[in-house]
Amino acid sequence: MTTAPAKPAKPAAIGWTRDDMARLAALDIPDGSYVNLGIGIPELVAQHVPAGREIILHTENGLLGVGPAPAAGQEDPELINAGKKPVTAIPGAAFFHHADSFSMIRGGHIDICVLGAFQVAGNGDLANWSTGEPDAIPAVGGAMDLVAGVKTVFILTEHNTKSGAPKIVGKCTYPLTGLRVVGRIYTNLAVIDVRPEGLVVTAVAPGVSWEDLAAKTGAPLIDGRAKLQAKA
Amino acid sequence: MINKRVGSAAEAVADIHDGATVMIGGFGEAGSPIELIHALIDRGSRDLTVVSNNTGSGHVGLAALIENKQVRKMICSFPRTANSTVFPELYRAGNIELELVPQGTLAERIRAGGAGIPAFYTPTAVGTQLGEGKEHRNFNGTEYVLEHGLRADFALVMANLADRYGNLTFNKTARNFGPIMCMAARTSIVQVREMREPGGIDPEAIVTPGIFVKRVVVIPEPAQESQLVREGACYP
Repeated sequence: MTTAPAKPAKPAAIGWTRDDMARLAALDIPDGSYVNLGIGIPELVAQHVPAGREIILHTENGLLGVGPAPAAGQEDPELINAGKKPVTAIPGAAFFHHADSFSMIRGGHIDICVLGAFQVAGNGDLANWSTGEPDAIPAVGGAMDLVAGVKTVFILTEHNTKSGAPKIVGKCTYPLTGLRVVGRIYTNLAVIDVRPEGLVVTAVAPGVSWEDLAAKTGAPLIDGRAKLQAKA
Repeated sequence: MINKRVGSAAEAVADIHDGATVMIGGFGEAGSPIELIHALIDRGSRDLTVVSNNTGSGHVGLAALIENKQVRKMICSFPRTANSTVFPELYRAGNIELELVPQGTLAERIRAGGAGIPAFYTPTAVGTQLGEGKEHRNFNGTEYVLEHGLRADFALVMANLADRYGNLTFNKTARNFGPIMCMAARTSIVQVREMREPGGIDPEAIVTPGIFVKRVVVIPEPAQESQLVREGACYP
């Protein structure tokens, strides 16, 4: 009897899972907030709002009070989110047209948006709409309006690209979505505040060393954990 | 007597001429006036400039209008979606023009056009490729770019209820661009599921007052774009 050669073990994923990241972001959203969640990982935040906290979800195609996904067979093609997926409306929801929806965004009425990123620079510049490749079809949607108008922008993203390149960089090389717009970054490795003095790390995932984190980041980091502990 | 109802989609779009600017409502398939678009394909008008958030999916509706080579230029925010191949292929081949506009700027340009505002300043796109070359101005320490209002010759819109005055209600997130496109077009053409007698719609519930609407066509059961795409349908 022969045994198949053992496959090389897949390296264990390090740091937080996507649900962990979404839970951390949800914990930082105050009761009563109006929140816009971007397409992709940010959508997970809706599932991690702490019990007893009420937040109202906005979707820019015209609904305040987005509820959970409908049961199979209950989908309504005229009740969708910005990712064009079927959703429900909570009791107390409101529908409105696009000019009103973007008045909420641009007019500073939405408290927090949670978005994905291709790159975030140390000064808070964000690139999340185009890789700038010559054959790409340019498509922007509401990304530039959200970062220009929403009071606080959270980014929820893997720390590195699939090929291992840092997403947090000294200067964005992809086309920008907005200048100095990001407030806080949640990755699988750390939580990082964008402050005037630079990128301040407030939490690091279990099992991740400072040296690992610094090596996987393309911009200088300031350790803000000691100060937090000193204050406590 | 005022009666904005017309008998058919074909009659409603009969005067859409070559070279017209046409706003087409919808966010993805929600609110897309598919029967009016198909009537415009039958009408055959060419060299159109179309203002719409997306570029359609599959080979029906807006995608079919583009595939039929009737559109010279698209003004939109997100010209690719799942099952969207028609626009990307024509664009890569250099056979259709694109003016890419951030979604909120697109909405406000349409609203401003309908409200008689020729241009406005917005913070959206400052410092990005989409703000390049535009007039900038600083108000209270913040940079803004100048954007122009958009008008159109025609709008094609889907609503839910109408009366003969053209008063409209919409359904859920299918409202999206409908109300502002009705305001911005010289001739707005609306397909609705149901017609009521005047007074049959609560005046407090009317979303678009009839003054913004020129023609109404009743399509009781509009085709569902995603279902047609799943079935592999092609129009015509």
